[in-house]
Amino acid sequence: MNPQPRRRTFNTPAPPASPFPYHPGSLLSILDLSVDGVSRLLARATELEKQDPLKRNRILAKRRIALLFYESSTRTRTSFELAAKALGADTTLVSNLSSSIEKGESLKDTGLTLRALGAEAIILRHNSSGAPWLLEQSARLPVLNAGDGMHEHPTQALLDLRTILAHLRPGVRALGADTLAGVTVTIVGDILHSRVARSNMLMLPRLGARVVLCGPKELLPETATQSATGTLPRRQGPAAGGVEIERDFEEAMRESQAIMMLRIQAERLAGLQLDLEEYKAGYQLTGQRLAAHAPKAIVMHPGPIIRGMEITAGVADGVQSTILEQVTNGVAIRMAVVERALTAGVPSDRSPSPGWKEGGRA
Amino acid sequence: MTALAIRNGHLIDPAAGVDTAKDILLKDGRVAEIAGPGKLKHAEGAEVIDAAGLTVAPGLIDIHVHLREPGQGYKETIATGTAAAAAGGFTAVAAMPNTTPVNDSPEITRWMQSPERGAQVRVFPIGAATRGSKGETLNDFAALKAAGAVAVSDDGQPILKDGVMRESLAAAARVGLAVIQHAEDTRMAQGASMNLGPASFRLGLRGMPPEAESSLVERDIRLVSELRDAHPHLHVAHASTAAAVAAVRQARRNGLRVTCEVAPHHFLLTEEHVGLYNTHAKMNPPLRSAADRDAMIEGILDGVVDAIATDHAPHAPHEKEVEFEHAPNGITGLETALGLCLRWLHKEWRLPLGRVLSLLSAQPAALLNLKGRGTLAVGSYADVVIFDPKAEWVYRVAETKSKARNTLFDGWTMQGKVRWTICEGRVAYTNPA
Ligand SMILES: [Zn+2]
Repeated sequence: MNPQPRRRTFNTPAPPASPFPYHPGSLLSILDLSVDGVSRLLARATELEKQDPLKRNRILAKRRIALLFYESSTRTRTSFELAAKALGADTTLVSNLSSSIEKGESLKDTGLTLRALGAEAIILRHNSSGAPWLLEQSARLPVLNAGDGMHEHPTQALLDLRTILAHLRPGVRALGADTLAGVTVTIVGDILHSRVARSNMLMLPRLGARVVLCGPKELLPETATQSATGTLPRRQGPAAGGVEIERDFEEAMRESQAIMMLRIQAERLAGLQLDLEEYKAGYQLTGQRLAAHAPKAIVMHPGPIIRGMEITAGVADGVQSTILEQVTNGVAIRMAVVERALTAGVPSDRSPSPGWKEGGRA
Repeated sequence: MTALAIRNGHLIDPAAGVDTAKDILLKDGRVAEIAGPGKLKHAEGAEVIDAAGLTVAPGLIDIHVHLREPGQGYKETIATGTAAAAAGGFTAVAAMPNTTPVNDSPEITRWMQSPERGAQVRVFPIGAATRGSKGETLNDFAALKAAGAVAVSDDGQPILKDGVMRESLAAAARVGLAVIQHAEDTRMAQGASMNLGPASFRLGLRGMPPEAESSLVERDIRLVSELRDAHPHLHVAHASTAAAVAAVRQARRNGLRVTCEVAPHHFLLTEEHVGLYNTHAKMNPPLRSAADRDAMIEGILDGVVDAIATDHAPHAPHEKEVEFEHAPNGITGLETALGLCLRWLHKEWRLPLGRVLSLLSAQPAALLNLKGRGTLAVGSYADVVIFDPKAEWVYRVAETKSKARNTLFDGWTMQGKVRWTICEGRVAYTNPA
């Protein structure tokens, strides 16, 4: 055998720092928010929740918000819709069953059409990762990412955080880098296809939490932890990461204060064969497991739940479950996020001319 | 045809071992005379190009471009693609057959070379290896070659079946053509739109493992080895992984005729350039890891890489303005190749100018057996590029000659400005200082 050739490394040009400036009201990735930004949104959610509904619905009275949903979604769509309406906004739903989308109109053209119709913000759920960036760039409106493909679901991460704080850090006001120090959150199941997992693992470590990912190799590749410390341009990701993999569910449970269960996304498995009985044996959250290994942890689930698959009915309905609380928190968080979308000003470096793409925020 | 005398330039002709001040006379589409400065004997009445301070070299040859004709003229035409080639210093390009319809016949091969296409530089069609590039039934390689095809390939559609690839290699060897393989085991890359790794996980995109490339290269090398008595020539298109280049290196040590090319984007960029779903960074093979990128540079520097080829893949703007996973693959490359090679391979990584030019002309010409090209020896085709090796300039895609705008190099600093591109004695592009 010949010896391995000497490995050299070379300096080549770095990727550009900023592909384009966002609207400051947009929320595409959880990393678009600083820790202070998260803190403000959570505080605002609480204020809005407590406000007199008759006063509250004057905040965005008659402002126009489009819900653009390429994937069916009951929970997220209803939550956003109720949040927008609670602030007095008019909403209109365009779904994948709408005729223009069915006829193959591009996302760019749909965005431009909604803008021309007077929409002031677009809430987008899309089955392709990255679609919100495309829409933001072409429609030049605030865009709220309500879940893109296998990528991110930032409002879910915010509502999950609100839930975690309520149980593990009650009364905490301003958030910081050590707010969740000492807390381990285990995310279990189909991490590979989960945007909920990605948004959570990008945010929780920035508040000091340790995130443990748990699942079989097919659904949780080793690259998952490297990606958390990745260095994509202009994203202020967690420097240290704080994300680990633990394949043994019960071991992970023993260290956890919060356990977040995920559904297996059958629609995204793309030919991957999974032995469901084996999966349940390894990763189903049962009453016995919970009592034996994590009797004090909170049990979270972003929904939809497949009872008897990743979680038993008893656990889903049990005292440790925060599943319905998460849903309620969703409306409060989305009120704050929708309000931010329509009240943040247009940045000075973003003139609405066709040439606005030039330059950058960074 | 008028004669052209290029005076006062510095001639670099790697194939002829020339690297010195020479005047050169072009007549009737051929190189007629080479002499010391001011010493041309037959230049009377010739038009004169003053190449003082400039490098004169064999016209560049890109053995991997997509000119989109027939059938996809909205992306690019032979006329616009070759205009971009001329602007980039290329005097000959080899056009891949993934057109509509696929170029799997002598008729289409001839159609592409017809003067009516308005080509600005020489176009050498590459014929499809199999009917419709479906990987099943072999085409008539002798007929394709007679019509002008310089190689066979199903580029974009790898030849997966062992039997079909073996047949292709054997049949191509009989008529003296190379089989150019787009090495991608598509069974390992279902729905993939970028390299498999931390970045694809982070972006929630399905990834293409490096093994999808290297395993097919290894399979093909095994077939070449089994057929070694027939002397087949396997050419690996757009190598992008360390393992693929390593396999080619080993095959060559074993005395096999296996060659490979690398595209500028694969020796300069990595998967991180996908950024936040920049569809201009979507290509196949995808931008890889930094270690793979380093291996491409290493392979170029140590000589295992035989050619720089751009894989110029123009697309209409609306086609790239879509969701990342739905965007078509490819990046343009003809206008930026020389500037990037000089800026990075030569200036940054100290590859001698002659070697850079050889990778862009002499070696690709030898690889595809393009007689009389890739050199400026007397009698060769008068294919010349004259450029200012010192000039730094910034590439502006708004000024492109191509129909397409899908480049990642807009705004990049280039080294070496093309002043004249001369194809078979005719000025195809000029931009005097
Ligand atoms: Zn290819």
